[in-house]
Amino acid sequence: MSFDRIREKLNILADAAKYDVSCSSSGGTRKNDNKGLGDSHSSGICHTYTEDGRCVSLLKILLTNHCIYDCLFCVSRKSNDVKRAAFTVDEVVELTMNFYRRNYIEGLFLSSGIFKNADFTMERLLLVCKKLRLEQKYNGYIHLKTIPGASDELIKEAGLYADRMSINLEMPTEAGLKLLAPEKSHQDVIKPLAFVQQNITQFAADKKLIKHVPKFVPAGQSTQMVIGATPESDKDIMYTANAFYKNFSLKRVYYSGYVPISNDSRMPVLGTQPPLLRENRLYQTDWLMRFYGFKVQEILNDANPNLDVDIDPKLSWAIRNMQHFPVDINKADYKMILRIPGIGVMSAQKIVQARKFGKLRIDQLKKIGVAYNRAKHFITCADSPYQLRDYQGTQIKAFILAESQSKYLKTDSNQLILF
Amino acid sequence: MTYIFDGSLPGLLTAVFEWFERKPGTVSLKSIETFQPEAFSESFTVVTNSDKADRVWKGLQGKLKKDWLRKFYCAYLSEIPEAFDHLFQFTIYVFQNEKGAENNYGNAHVIALAKYAKSVEREKHRMEAFIRFQHTADGIFYTGVDPDFNVLPLISNHFKNRYADQQWIIYDLKRKYGLHYNLSTVEEITIDFAVGVNSKNPEAILLNEKEELYSVLWKDYFKSANIVARKNTKLHIRHVPKRYWKYLTEKQLS
Repeated sequence: MSFDRIREKLNILADAAKYDVSCSSSGGTRKNDNKGLGDSHSSGICHTYTEDGRCVSLLKILLTNHCIYDCLFCVSRKSNDVKRAAFTVDEVVELTMNFYRRNYIEGLFLSSGIFKNADFTMERLLLVCKKLRLEQKYNGYIHLKTIPGASDELIKEAGLYADRMSINLEMPTEAGLKLLAPEKSHQDVIKPLAFVQQNITQFAADKKLIKHVPKFVPAGQSTQMVIGATPESDKDIMYTANAFYKNFSLKRVYYSGYVPISNDSRMPVLGTQPPLLRENRLYQTDWLMRFYGFKVQEILNDANPNLDVDIDPKLSWAIRNMQHFPVDINKADYKMILRIPGIGVMSAQKIVQARKFGKLRIDQLKKIGVAYNRAKHFITCADSPYQLRDYQGTQIKAFILAESQSKYLKTDSNQLILF
Repeated sequence: MTYIFDGSLPGLLTAVFEWFERKPGTVSLKSIETFQPEAFSESFTVVTNSDKADRVWKGLQGKLKKDWLRKFYCAYLSEIPEAFDHLFQFTIYVFQNEKGAENNYGNAHVIALAKYAKSVEREKHRMEAFIRFQHTADGIFYTGVDPDFNVLPLISNHFKNRYADQQWIIYDLKRKYGLHYNLSTVEEITIDFAVGVNSKNPEAILLNEKEELYSVLWKDYFKSANIVARKNTKLHIRHVPKRYWKYLTEKQLS
């Protein structure tokens, strides 16, 4: 292969793939037991970070950016005037192997534009996986896009070689999707997601009875929604995410702030800043749902359809629900300690273990890793100063904001400080 | 009272043994490298004894679960002078209390050990992430590193399992030893670099002919994966602190 040609292809096809945000390499269980190359690391490894601060753990490329669809939000849409390219199967295999050998990457993230039809595309993706696994004895991570509309047989076979599979919802609601991609619908996504999910469950059930069952998508499935291209509220977005977590046992839902790439009148104009802060707040909410025992309805509901911009959703929930506070660190159960702003999962676990040995004091909490300046409004511990008055949630918010160093606040604040 | 030991793990464990034999009250432990004689304080030099060390280690194994034995070992690998004293005090504390005392995060030594172990594990993880092999002309994948802590013993298995079909060398340039995987086992080696050889970035002539190609492709990929509209240098540097840039192929000028 000619050096310049492969460079050009890589530039085009990596550039087109970068809007897929998933770069997780965790959850793989493949062991290098055939003296081949690669071994998965259960927590995943980020090998580098781009200048926008996103992790690079996988070689994320499209097999081709030729596409028969014309989705407005997509850089590879048929009507977009961009250079087109396509890798051969062997080129992808060789790139993956050689990058992996040098410890550049954890594995391959392979997606593709749809050329000819869904099955034709899926067959080629499957071929790459098979070559890597069977011919090259490659045990590294493979994240494969499920092509909507591909036949069940192909998807099932791909699941035997991939570690994770994903299909993007693209827009949080059906209405939003119809607006920008009239040819597509959420049903196209739901069907294969459900099919893969059924198979994951089936293989897991078989594994209980039969010793040697091949792995099937061991790192589970994920999906992605574009944020800020259509006018959905945070509530719409998170309720959709919640439903998909519940119905399809997804490992992750990704939220991708829309980076303007089109000058169609239905979309934000070119040059608009991507909604990075909003994206951040959505991820915080996602974490609260998955790791902190919050129900999505507690954080977002009809009274609060959008997340606060100036404070994080956990603090926001606490301020709206002051009746639960202050919490006694030395008595409250773990679930309640997790809900205190300024205390994370690790700190909460340490607190529960440490308080068996004696009542905890402020200095100990600080050493354990609690963000005390934030938490102090919501807790009592062995030597908490006696407080004469109860502060309102809004007052506490003002205290915390006054101390806050957030880079977003400096630009946002248009309220002068009086005292 | 100060105990002085030779800086080795058996030495540290022997010091614990000696303390329990003498029960001299409050003692601080220092390694011979950092010890400065003080006018009004006595000192005692611990003679490393593997039998005594083994007994203490067995005792610890009985007291601590696997995760804490690992934390103990990691904190030792930090090579931080204060960590040695904390390890010493921690061991005494664990022996003097009921099983489970290591979970008392209110205790200064427990929290210190957890902290050192966390730093070392983070450095270990960064080495697993940021090491970049270069394919040399004689077929070995080579990298030279100088980690903040002595993490080579911790990363050996990771690389052995992962790169089972290629010979590799990871060389600690600061501590002057390395690991060599010869397709069956990992062995500790020392290299005498010839004068003029750049041990971090070997000259092109020493490298495999394809090496240049893949490093250029990787740099290209790194550039293509970036979304300019989302530029966030602060976050970038928080994830990849500048002191690691020297390892990263994608951060070298082409």
